[in-house]
Parts: sequence; structure tokens; C-alpha cells
Amino acid sequence: MRPLTEEETRVMFEKIAKYIGENLQLLVDRPDGTYCFRLHNDRVYYVSEKILKLAANISGDKLVSLGTCFGKFTKTHKFRLHITALDYLAPYAKYKVWIKPGAEQSFLYGNHVLKSGLGRITENTSQYQGVVVYSMADIPLLYSAIIIYCIGSEAKDIQLPVAGSPDHSMDTQQRS
Amino acid sequence: MGRKLDPTKKEKRGPGRKARKQKGAETELARFLPTAGDENSKRLSSRARKRAAKRRLGSAEAPETSRCPSANPLTRKLPKGVSAGAVRTPGKKGAQSLFNAAQGKKRPAPAHGSDEEEEECEEDGVVNQGELWGSEDSDADMKDDYGADSNSEDDDDRESEELLPIERAARKQKAQEAVAGALWSEEETDEEEEEEEMSPEPGPEKGDETDGGLQINVEVEEPFVLSPAGEMEQDAQAPDLQRIHKRIQDIVGVLRDFGTQREEGRSRAEYLHRLQRDLATYYSYGDFLLGKLMDLFPLSELVEFLEANEVPRPITLRTNTLKTRRRDLAQALINRGVNLDPLGKWSKTGLVVYDSSVPIGATPEYLAGHYMLQGASSMLPVMALAPQEHERILDMCCAPGGKTSYIAQLMKNTGVILANDANAERLKSVVGNLHRLGVTNTIVSHYDGRQFPKVVGGFDRVLLDAPCSGTGVISKDPAVKTNKDEKDILRCAHLQKELLLSAIDSVNATSKTGGYLVYCTCSIMVEENEWVVDYALKKRNVRLVPTGLDFGQEGFTRFRERRFHPTLRSTRRFYPHTHNMDGFFIAKFKKFSNSVPQSQTGNSATCTPASLGQVTPQPESSSQPAKKAKVAVKTKQQLQKRQHPEKASFEKQNGNGISKEARSDLSTVSSVTKAQVSSMLQDSLPPKKAKVIREPKVTGKLKRQSPKLQSSKKVAFQKQNAAVKGMVTETPAVLSFSKTQATQKPENCVQPFGKTQGAEKVKQQLPEQLSKKTAFQKQNGTPKGPKTLTMSPLGSSWSPPAKRRKSQSRGSSQPLLS
Repeated sequence: MRPLTEEETRVMFEKIAKYIGENLQLLVDRPDGTYCFRLHNDRVYYVSEKILKLAANISGDKLVSLGTCFGKFTKTHKFRLHITALDYLAPYAKYKVWIKPGAEQSFLYGNHVLKSGLGRITENTSQYQGVVVYSMADIPLLYSAIIIYCIGSEAKDIQLPVAGSPDHSMDTQQRS
Repeated sequence: MGRKLDPTKKEKRGPGRKARKQKGAETELARFLPTAGDENSKRLSSRARKRAAKRRLGSAEAPETSRCPSANPLTRKLPKGVSAGAVRTPGKKGAQSLFNAAQGKKRPAPAHGSDEEEEECEEDGVVNQGELWGSEDSDADMKDDYGADSNSEDDDDRESEELLPIERAARKQKAQEAVAGALWSEEETDEEEEEEEMSPEPGPEKGDETDGGLQINVEVEEPFVLSPAGEMEQDAQAPDLQRIHKRIQDIVGVLRDFGTQREEGRSRAEYLHRLQRDLATYYSYGDFLLGKLMDLFPLSELVEFLEANEVPRPITLRTNTLKTRRRDLAQALINRGVNLDPLGKWSKTGLVVYDSSVPIGATPEYLAGHYMLQGASSMLPVMALAPQEHERILDMCCAPGGKTSYIAQLMKNTGVILANDANAERLKSVVGNLHRLGVTNTIVSHYDGRQFPKVVGGFDRVLLDAPCSGTGVISKDPAVKTNKDEKDILRCAHLQKELLLSAIDSVNATSKTGGYLVYCTCSIMVEENEWVVDYALKKRNVRLVPTGLDFGQEGFTRFRERRFHPTLRSTRRFYPHTHNMDGFFIAKFKKFSNSVPQSQTGNSATCTPASLGQVTPQPESSSQPAKKAKVAVKTKQQLQKRQHPEKASFEKQNGNGISKEARSDLSTVSSVTKAQVSSMLQDSLPPKKAKVIREPKVTGKLKRQSPKLQSSKKVAFQKQNAAVKGMVTETPAVLSFSKTQATQKPENCVQPFGKTQGAEKVKQQLPEQLSKKTAFQKQNGTPKGPKTLTMSPLGSSWSPPAKRRKSQSRGSSQPLLS
């Protein structure tokens, strides 16, 4: 377990910033204590300092997980955000999308959401913007990863990557 | 059908349809059913009327007895609903026939008779009553065997007109079955080589039933005869499960009332043996486990327990209060088509699922982490643990993470939880579950639980859900029935004891809010539960406290030949057949002291002899290289061991057993350093200790202290006095010899040791020797210390005297030291 290096921190923050923008600072300085990111076995964990103290006693090969796993670094040092980070990103998300109950189930099983399935959407969401998808009951959608939302002039098609892989590139599909 | 029908109130007959409202079944039926009196009397033919009259006279008794037990609230309602007698009886009759036709059930027919009979009897006016009863009789005959069998023939032809075709058919079938039953029983006796006479029982049993429903299945049948032992083997070839099941019930019945029902010449053990084998065959258990269960449960409970293990427990889930409330979750799941209910008064977060149209482990709510599928009994240990916020908690065997997440939700994600498990694959499920449920204050580790206080300790609370044999969850894993035997249970128990001790050591007794440990297993074996808890109570500074669970059976304080601590009553056992949850055992400990009690046996024995040896080497150590110091501890122990063998040789020399000891001490203690000696001496004598510390000045000190030492050691070494005396004589010689020995190394030192023990003898001569010693010591410096010690009769502290003596003996060419 070690703190992140500069490079890793930069890469990770860039990724996160796609969804929550400059609210990043809020993640670190929380009212109930300082939280930090630690790297262990190529995974980034988000822990509070209290937990960190106890975890320091555990040897590296026996430590499996601590706090919340935000994501992991791939072999080529790209950062992949995990669904487990959803709970932390959701409150600070800049662009949100609500989908209707009917479309919710299909969305959960991995299908795209058409424009007709959209309930609400934050204004000024540009194309390929990272958003957080909510159900109408304001629940950040269950294991529906953060998607890249694409808005076209006419038909909008929200492409939903499989849960946990928010980096699919999106193509808009124009529908009549 | 709650509305009472008021027949006096008429239906409105207005112009429109809506003027007529439905009033419920009673009203509706009343239109179809024959009204009191008139219709019935019209319907009856002359023969029927005669029969009815006859019946009224004769059936007053029969229906009463036969009807009472079979009272059916459903049909009873109908008569009640139909108010007074006139309406009632015909209504009943008609209703009854309708019921019979519709349901073909036994009960409706006789049921309404039971309440109304008395009333009806009084209503002589109604001719139909007899008929009704008669029809009841016949119906009863058809269905139950309640009611008079004897009446059946009468009723058959009398009532044939009244009965609907289906009722007639049912009656016929019943008659056929009765015949077949008798036949079957006859066949059995023919077929079976065994002489079991269960076969006649079905017949007589039916006979019992016919005598009135009150006496069902009672004694009348012929006593069950246990087959001779030799013939028991025949079952193995082709076990007829039905027969075995019957036999089980019979044996249980016999054993329940053994005095009267036993067969002459057969012991209880034979019955039990047979029962065990039958149960093992019927329920597919191994013999070992079944034997254990027979020890654990009384027979009636045993069968229930075995039956309960065949059936899975209901699915339960626990709401994740970090993300939702139970009410909201229940609502959401019901909307999805799940049929559920709150678990019980004792749980605020539990829900039990009866059935579900969607897979309960795949709903969006599950994926969102709103609930966790968890057995009801697994919620109990966490409730007993009662974790508070901002505590440090250890969960030693956490997979798959249900209890850990429950702890986290009770703590509201504050504090720290260390979730540990020894199995790496199952840890993945822990991580997955914790992330899904939104638990953020947990560290997951992969240690063997026994390493625990070493890795990190000082927890406020610890939960130990120990790996066990799984005899409480047989319904989940039927393989347990056959693959567990004695050594599995003992191995589990051993592991559990080790884990429990480690867990106790990991708790911080001085914690402000905690100091508690909960030990639980999903097993019902006493070896894994009460025995382990009792062991921990003996070995550590813990005590049992009430778990806080107000239901469940208390743990055993004694079981067969074992006796446990009385506080074991505060532990709890749960069974599948009584609580409808998996078998479980929960014990809650409170640690009241962080110190670990040492076992007392070995230490005291080593004390005094060790100090003996220690003292002697003490002065010698000064002359000897310091590296030998570490051997002092060993030498202490060795001294004890060697004392006996060496005694003899010494005795020869000095006629002194003690001197021999001294020798052994000397030999072993030679390498004792100051420090060790001092530590040793602490046990024995303070003055000696002082002596030890000041080794260089030992000589002087020794002189001075020798009297003190003598006095202090007198008590200890009174035994040795006699022996010492013998040695005293040698001391002067030793003294002189010690001079020469002063330059010598360990060997010399060793010798005097032996003598030191004989030093007690030297007591008497001490004053003389002391003076000599002083002179000598001054000359020789440190090595003389031992010599003076030897002079003192005080055993171990007097290493110098021993040394001296040894040198003496050497001088006297006596083989002192071995």
C-alpha cells in the first residue's frame, strides 16, 4: 500500500474530473475527516485516515481491500473507474440524466437508452459529456456505470457501456 | 363471510336491478336451500320419513360423539348464520349437501352437527333433524371413519336417495379402502419374515377411529413387537421406507411409555438400537452423527429435528439501513412481485420471503445494495455483539461478509472494522458484498485467525464465527449427514479453541465502551459449543455475559459425563425445528483483564531448586565468562532434573542427598550469570539476591549474609540440613581447596554448587568457616564467593559453599560432579 505518485494522481484526477469537474477537492477534504487515496495492487482505494492507521499494520500481501475501491490502473497505466466509485461521484456530479422507469430495466441490462427514455437532463450537457445516470427516484443507477452521453440535434441516444467501464467511446446515432 | 344474515330483513324488490343488493352467501344460499319445515317435509318420501323418525331416536348418541371432534368452523358458521332452528336444519342439510358436493370433505358434514346437535335434539319438531344427522352419519362414514361405522350399512341404503352421486361414490371408495387395508395388513404378516406385528395395527387403528373421533390411534392395536436381532439385517437389502417409517413411529411410541408397552425380554437398548438404524436408513444419516443427535435430543424432538433438516429454511433478507429503510424496501420489492413479511419482533431489519416472481438475488434493489440475503440466525450474533459507533471491531472469519456488513450498518460507517478470513476465494465475495452495500470503514485482510493478536490487537469488540462441522445447517448441505465423524468434530473443536483464545487475546479489556467478544457457530454439537466456551473460561480472564437475545434455548451446563461452568446458561442455542432458523450457538464473553493467566503447575517446582542452583553459580559466575549467563535458566531446570541422579553419587561422598543436589546444581548452574542468578533469587530470597548482584563483593557479602541466608533458607532447606551437615565437615577442606580452585574455571564452580545444598549442614560450622572464608576470599577475590556460600547452610544461595565443597571433594578425590 502506498500513496499515489504524481503521475498516477494526475491521471486519476483527470478521469474523475470528467464527471464531477472541479468538485474534486470535496472528495479529499470532507467534514468528517481527511480522506486519501492509496494504491495497493494497482487498485486505488479511497480511505479515511483513521482506517489508514489501522491498515498500516497489515502486511501488504495479506491486505485485500480497504475502504472503497475507486478504480484501478491498467497495465498501460490508464485509469479505469469502477462502479464502486459511484456513491462518491454521484453527489458531486455536474451533469445528470434521469431515465424513466420503463427504460430503467433495459438500461440495467446493458442496453442503450433512447431519447424517449429520458426523463430529465441537466441543461447544457454537451456531447460526449460524462454524466451520472439516475433513476426517477433519484437513485444513482444501480450498477449502471457512468456513461458518456451524447446529444445530437434530433434523436438522442444514450449509449450505456457495461457496468464499470465508463470509457466506451460514443457514437451518436441519428434516428428519424 | 362475516356478515350475519338477518332473515327477518327482507330484500328490497324494487323496479331496478340495483335495488337488490347482494347480502352475502347466506342470503344467496337461502334462496336455494330449502326453507325450514315445509320444503323438507315435502321432499321426504314416506320411507324417508320413517327412517328419519328412526334416526331421530337412534342417532342422538352417535352423532354427538362422532361429530364433536370433527367440528369445522366453516360449516359451523353456516348454521350460525342461519339463525333459528327451523331455518337452520334444512339449511344445514341443503348446505351440507352442497358442501359435500362441492368439496367432498369430511368435515363439513359432521361439523355443524357438533354444535347444533344439542339444540337440534331439542327441536323435536323438525323431522328433518334425524335425516340431517343421518346424512351426516353417512357422510361421515364416507369421509372419516368418525361416526358410527355400524351405522354405515343402515345409512347407506336409507340415504342413498339423498346423497348426490359423488357422495355415493366416495362412500363406496371408503368401503373399498377399508377392505384393502385389512387385506394389506394380512399380506404383510404373510410376507414379512420378521415377526413384527405392525401389520395388524392399521386395521385396529381404523377400528379405533370408528369408535369415536376422540380416541384416535390409541392403544387398541396389538403391541409392537421388536423383531429379533438376527432378522434386522434383512432390511438392508431392500429397505421399504414406508415400513421403516412406520416402525420408527411405533418404536417412538413404545419408548415413550416403555413400562407398559415394552415387550418382555427386550431391553430398552435394543429398541434404541433399532430406532437408530431405522432413522439412519430413513433419513440417510451416518451412524456417528445420528448417535450424537440421539444423545442431544429427546426422542420426540429428534424426529422433528430430522424432519426439519429435510426442508430448507425460509429465505430471509436484511435491509441495509445505510441505504434504505425496511418499509421502503418492502414496498419496492412488493412492487416487483415478491411476497414478504417482516421477520419478527426481534429484528428491525429482517424480512422473510415467502415466494417471489423475480429472482430475489438479482433485483435492482439488490444490485443497489439495499439488502443482503442472510439467514435469520446469522443476524443474531451481531445483535448480541451490539457494536457501538467509533469502535474498532475485528471479525475473524467474515466470509461472505453478511455479519461484517451488518456490523458496519449498526455502526453507521464510523469506526473501523477489520474483516479477516483465511480463505482467499471467499474473500472476494466479502469485498464484493461490502462494496455493494456501501460499507466504507472496513479493511479486508487475509490472515489465519490464530495469528491475530500478533498482527494487530487491542480491539474493542471481536466477533468470531468459527468454522464448524455444520451440523446445524444440514438442510443447506445434506452431505454433512454422512461425511462427519468423530475426528472431524474433534479437529473442528481444536481449531475453534485456538481461534477463541486468539480472539480473546485480541480484545482490549480496558476499552471504554467494549471488551466484548461473541463466539458463535452454526453447529449444535456440544463438543464445538459448550466445551470450547468452557475451555476458554478456564484459560483466560473472561466471563460469560447475557447475550441480549431473549429467545432461544439456553446452553447446557452439563452433558453426559461433562460438567460445564454454570454461567453457560447465558449462552443460546437455536434449532431448526423449534425456531425455524438454522441451528446456531451464541456465547458472549466479557474480558475483565488483559493479563494472561499462567499455568501454575510447572513454575513453583522450578523456583526453589533453581534458586538453589542459581545462588551457587552466582559467585562463580563472577569468575566465569559472562556468556554462560544465559544458560542459567536452563541450568535451573536442569538442576531439578539432575538432582536426583546426582544425589546418589553425592550421597556416597557426603552421605548426603542434598549434597548431590548441590552437585547437580553446580554442574548445571556453572554458567549462570549474575543477572540470572539474581532473577532466580528473587523467587527464593531477597538477601540472596542482593548477594548475587554484588558478585565481586560477594565474599564479604556472603560472609555477612550467610547468617541471614541461613535463616531465610532454613525453612526452605530444612530437609537438606541433615544432608548439609555431612557436608559441613568438608567445608574446611573446601575452604582450603577453594584457594587453589579460585583460579580454576567452571568445573570448580560447579562442584561447590553441589555442596551448597549441603550448605545447610554447614550452618553450624558457618561461623568458623566464615572467618576462614573471609580470609580466603580476600585472597582469592570473587571466586571465593561461592565458597562462603557453600558454608552457609542456606541451599541455593550458597553457591560459594557448594563450590568450596566441591573443590573439597575434588581434593578428596571424590567424584563430585557428573
